[in-house]
Amino acid sequence: MFRAITVRLMQSIPVLLLVAVLSFILMHLLPGDPAVVIAGADATPAAVERIRRELGLDQPIWQQLLSWFLNLAQGKFGSSLVLNQTVLSAVAERLPVTLSLAALSLAITLPLGITLGILAAYFRSSWIDAGVMMIALIGVSVPSFWIAILSVILFSVTLGWVPSSGYAPLLTAGPGPWFASLIQPAMVLSLFQIGFLARMTRSAMLDVLDQDFIRTARAKGVSEWRTVGKHGFRNALVAVVTVGGIILSLLIGGSVVVEQVFALPGIGRLVVQGIMARDYPLIQGTMLLFGFAFVLINVAVDIIYTLVDPRVRYD
Amino acid sequence: MTEVVLAAAPTQMLAERRRFRVLRKLAAHRSFKIGLVLVAILVLCAIIGPMLTGIDPTAMSIRSRFKPPSARFPFGSDQYGRDILTRVLYGGRLSLSIGLSVALISGVFGAAIGVTAGYFRALDPYVMRLMDALMAFPAILLAIGIGAALGAQASSIVVALSVAYVPRTARIVRASVLVIREMEYLQAARVSGAGDLHIIVKHVLPNCLGPLIVQLTFIFAYAILAEAALSFLGIGPPPPAPSWGNIIAEGRDYSVEAWWVMLFPGLAVSLAALGMNLLGDGLRDVLDPRLKIET
Repeated sequence: MFRAITVRLMQSIPVLLLVAVLSFILMHLLPGDPAVVIAGADATPAAVERIRRELGLDQPIWQQLLSWFLNLAQGKFGSSLVLNQTVLSAVAERLPVTLSLAALSLAITLPLGITLGILAAYFRSSWIDAGVMMIALIGVSVPSFWIAILSVILFSVTLGWVPSSGYAPLLTAGPGPWFASLIQPAMVLSLFQIGFLARMTRSAMLDVLDQDFIRTARAKGVSEWRTVGKHGFRNALVAVVTVGGIILSLLIGGSVVVEQVFALPGIGRLVVQGIMARDYPLIQGTMLLFGFAFVLINVAVDIIYTLVDPRVRYD
Repeated sequence: MTEVVLAAAPTQMLAERRRFRVLRKLAAHRSFKIGLVLVAILVLCAIIGPMLTGIDPTAMSIRSRFKPPSARFPFGSDQYGRDILTRVLYGGRLSLSIGLSVALISGVFGAAIGVTAGYFRALDPYVMRLMDALMAFPAILLAIGIGAALGAQASSIVVALSVAYVPRTARIVRASVLVIREMEYLQAARVSGAGDLHIIVKHVLPNCLGPLIVQLTFIFAYAILAEAALSFLGIGPPPPAPSWGNIIAEGRDYSVEAWWVMLFPGLAVSLAALGMNLLGDGLRDVLDPRLKIET
């Protein structure tokens, strides 16, 4: 087990390095001069020049890349130009928001998506199957921010059940307001994932339910519930876990838009603000963290994969 | 086995018969038909619709601001008194062209990169690691970054989304190439002295077309959704020229008082994405039953 984790982590090192280089390149693609941004609109050319030298922006590009790497190796992600705090502390401040949103959204997505998928596969070609697949298809076809606005009109403006925007921290505001501030965004965010997961679960279950061991289980009198739930789903789980990484990356991507609509001060909003404000170190740092998170999530998924299906090995 | 026979058969007839079989299966596939009709209607609306209403999509009229749907404004009017129906029809031109361009560009580059990695095995690790690294960034974030770098216009959205989707396409093409290169007909071609270019063009590319086309219909759907999301975030085609995304973005501030401004373009986006997804499902069932959904 430990060996498998080590092997998989080693394999991800080249990708992590490339992710870092790409984050750096992306920042240098952005038009405009960071030194001008920091110095402000009415700074003298001399002041701009001084700041440029302080930031090391007058050096050749490969030297900047090298020094950025050296800083990264020491855990220095740099400081935001606009926020007056380091990238790491800015991220740490907003991480609970994004994690809360993601956790709540997953708590909605997993049971619903999997149940719908199993139902559709079990009642194959019936109206239940058609209905579930239609819901799933609508889920992956409707723009999330649009459904978010409609949902706000219905649940916040008309019915007044939940706030239309903003975040209430769990620790200071308590679980009630926290939940109320997140349930609507989390449900909007889940819509796409539920559709995706239900479709994946259905096709995995269809493969499994055709197998001989399912017929054997039925023949020897195992209850239908156990046959489908245990014998069937256990085996379909392997295929479902495979898309776990995709689900999580959809979740990260989707949260960028959803945080924007509901004015949740999470990481997605931080990046978008950074890009709009040309806050180079912030963009570079957060993109890098997003990339790292994604790579590590995939390593975790691969490892869970070996736990669920002992036949899989990473050597 | 049928693959081998078909590819080795010198006659044009067999290939043609196979094409007919695919078409017949598609014609019998319900979700494919529904998707095709949906997409066809939307494309037709985008092409000839604007000529029918005969209204300038950017023409403002102070006196008819925020008119709810009526006979004169079937979809209502916005804060400048512009006709939403006309703007949605014109917006369809822009949004659907963006979707199509992204699908085509991702297809061409994804196929080129995927074939290179799958066929020339020495290059494979380097190419695919780069693709993995690009895929590590959420597609929407990569698109926001590149879109911001290139400036808010339709062409930068196309570039940004293509960069996000090329790696995903390349991975799928590579996977098919890895299977195809082990086929007997490919070895037969090589033994009989065919060059790499000939083999790629004549044997590899045609045989990975199925999964590629399926993937591209899904990318078309994602691209339409992503255009709307990027416009919403302020990195889309700039107003006043309408796209589905920027009509919704403009209507957001008045969503409570004038819900029709953002409702109808959103419906258009959903129907277009739904149509492409249905088309893709049908194509997948017929062309490549084993393919799983990829993003």
